[in-house]
Amino acid sequence: MASIKKDPVIVVLQLSGGNDYLNTVIPYTDPVYRDSRPVVGIPEDQVLAIDGNIGFNPAMGPLKTMYDQGNLAVIHGVGYPDSPRSHFRSMDIWHTCEPETLGTEGWLGLATKDIDPQKENIVTTVSFGPSLFRALVSPGIPVACVDDLESYGLLTGITGEKQREQILDRFSRMYAPELGNDVVTEYLGQTGLEAMKGADILKSAPANYHSIIEYAETTIAQKLRGIAQIHLAGLGTRIFYCDHGSFDSHANQLGMHTTLWTDVSQAIDEFFADLREHDAADNVIMLMFSEFGRRVRDNGSGTDHGAAGAAFVIGDGIKGGLYGEYPSTKIGDLQQGDLVPNLDFRGLYSTILEDWFGLDAKPIVKGNFEAPHFI
Amino acid sequence: MTSNSVASKDKTTTIDLMAHLMRRAGFGADRDELERRVAKGYEATVEELLNPQGNRADREHFLRYHPGFRRAVTSPGMGASVWLYDLMHTERPLEEKMVLFWHQIFATGQSKVDHWHELIAQVDMFRDKGMDSYRDMLVSLAQNPAMIYWLDNCDNHESGVNENWGRELLELFSMGVGNYTEDDVFECSRAFTGWTISTVPPRNYYSRFDWSFEYQEEDHDNGEKTFLGNTGNFNGEDIINIICQQPATAEFVARHLYNFFVADEPPVPAWSVTPPKDPKAIATLAKAFTDSNYDIRSVLRVLFLSDFFQNARFTKIKSPAEVVVGTLRLVGQDILPGPGIGDLSKQAGYMGQELLNPPSVEGWHTGVEWINSGSLMKRINFVADMLGDTSRPGVQRIIDRLKAQGNLGAEELVDNCLELVGPVKTGSATLHQLVEHAAQHGELAWDTDESTKASTARVGELLQLIAAVKEFQYC
Repeated sequence: MASIKKDPVIVVLQLSGGNDYLNTVIPYTDPVYRDSRPVVGIPEDQVLAIDGNIGFNPAMGPLKTMYDQGNLAVIHGVGYPDSPRSHFRSMDIWHTCEPETLGTEGWLGLATKDIDPQKENIVTTVSFGPSLFRALVSPGIPVACVDDLESYGLLTGITGEKQREQILDRFSRMYAPELGNDVVTEYLGQTGLEAMKGADILKSAPANYHSIIEYAETTIAQKLRGIAQIHLAGLGTRIFYCDHGSFDSHANQLGMHTTLWTDVSQAIDEFFADLREHDAADNVIMLMFSEFGRRVRDNGSGTDHGAAGAAFVIGDGIKGGLYGEYPSTKIGDLQQGDLVPNLDFRGLYSTILEDWFGLDAKPIVKGNFEAPHFI
Repeated sequence: MTSNSVASKDKTTTIDLMAHLMRRAGFGADRDELERRVAKGYEATVEELLNPQGNRADREHFLRYHPGFRRAVTSPGMGASVWLYDLMHTERPLEEKMVLFWHQIFATGQSKVDHWHELIAQVDMFRDKGMDSYRDMLVSLAQNPAMIYWLDNCDNHESGVNENWGRELLELFSMGVGNYTEDDVFECSRAFTGWTISTVPPRNYYSRFDWSFEYQEEDHDNGEKTFLGNTGNFNGEDIINIICQQPATAEFVARHLYNFFVADEPPVPAWSVTPPKDPKAIATLAKAFTDSNYDIRSVLRVLFLSDFFQNARFTKIKSPAEVVVGTLRLVGQDILPGPGIGDLSKQAGYMGQELLNPPSVEGWHTGVEWINSGSLMKRINFVADMLGDTSRPGVQRIIDRLKAQGNLGAEELVDNCLELVGPVKTGSATLHQLVEHAAQHGELAWDTDESTKASTARVGELLQLIAAVKEFQYC
């Protein structure tokens, strides 16, 4: 695990529910924005201006600071053709890079396979959340799935060190691969063994963690704190995945969106401060995306499902700034009232896979796509 | 095999089939109940499950112990605790299983509704109507305040259409992607303008306002609409009538019932591109749906009496709710309404299925997707902790049955334990490990206080190991 050059690490923070692009990176001088957002529009004097045309949502102060320091890239107009506007389907497409057929393998599951082909490290990829994200799924690829680091462990109810050792030994034999097992039983067996091994490795992380950074009590801050603990333990984890939401702001958008971005911005700020404090920030980037943006015209309280969105990449190792073009807001240029994506998300993935991880992106994202050069 | 297994072969088969029915149509049953039901017969049991005579959980009894939950406010877990009590204590297992079925499809969550009382009211509606007409269910759903708020139909106005409910009604609640156009979504949404909620001030100062359905004529779009090729001045009920007539709806409901009761299908978004595992079974269920004028009870009867159901043993991965409720019902009924219910109600959530708080309107990804290294660990740990606690009445009953068999060798002990917690069927490798483990300390004896104590502890440990076997994850 120890190497002279630090291995590149990514943290994906998925903004689940469909984040409203127009109220995140706000085209505040655009008359179409003003006209289309009579209820959920953000007044010009509150916008954290990036330039004379666009600016961040007022709740994104810490992210604006990172942008000013050159550590945050805004990727405009991200999406894919013919958005189905369904949360489920859209998220699947983002996870599997398969807009036409139904994919079973996630892009980061495939990346895990390339990063650690011999499966030497069971915690190469760690999912933070009650369920495993499909982006991380690839048959035979171990992914540790952690909810609460502190109480992680198998059969913790067996009393006595020796008894527990014995039982776990039985467990590992019962879960060993066996001829004639069907696919699901085989998967269960493998998952059980990985759970046992992963727990042994990961449970060391919180014990050795000390920091002067105090994280907020929000769910997203606590997730990022857990990720920091594992990263700082030097366990060789290269891919972390978590989410926050719900950004599905059909109604009462203003208050809800403000809370979400306040929590996310603060948590990210604390996370990177923690890593810097431990001199462990320079090999970490964070990707933030959402399954789609939202409709240009508000519905009188919130906004409905749309198409193009914004993605963000954060870290000391990236070239901050604006990438791509803000999609046209002119009525004639919209499709079904939505911004049309002008950058395929698979290009964004390609940059990360090739320029950050040094992997061949084409087989993972299934094709060549225009890649913004933020690294 | 146990010594008397040859003589009782037929009986074992029947117990196995009955256990299968009770796992799927309910949350499992202990040995006493299985034996009672076997005596009654399979078809009679199906009929009793479809037209239950037993009692529902006594909510008043529960609320006497937990008065704060009566008008549960917003604290985490309160609503889930109320429902968990129902799940654990009902004598109408299929009725309650159908509540879970509808909740998994019409997934509505506290994360947005933020009002336990209204979510519980929705669950109560599923209980009252879950086996009746699907058409009436959709109308009740469209008028359910929690659903109206969850999918923003209260913001769906003549002057500004909000498509959230209209879209999900078609995509997730009735036909599935690929069977309608974007125009149909819009027209459907127009037909539900004016279907909203009003609030009623609470009698208690600390409560949230109750919601009730309200139809606001003046906010309803009375114009002509064209929906799925039909044109007229449609209101919401007309739309639901048209939806129910679609073959896509019959197939969609049939596939959901198959996925929930028979065998795991691929995730719902794949349905438009992946054919069903058993197209004949889906066609049979869809026909029963149409022939019975959308009567869910009739479809369920066909399902439970079919060969494809009876042969589908141990082909599904238990959902977290099935793991938790099945285990709690097995280990004993007197756990609640003690103070531990809040913690118990969170367990399914730790395993990836937080009841009354699905991750989104799409509900949960089911089947093998319930299993990952984190969730598998939670499942094993929870069941092991429960089964390993020999003070629980259900575990005590298992021990009493073991005691009645006299001294037991390792193989007999393992066989009996697997029978009594399920029956659970294990592969030979698993069985070998269990027997080897059980054999470590010789024969199990119950003749003195000391040996009884030691044997009880050994059974507790063996039950924990059984909770951890792969085969335990199947339903």
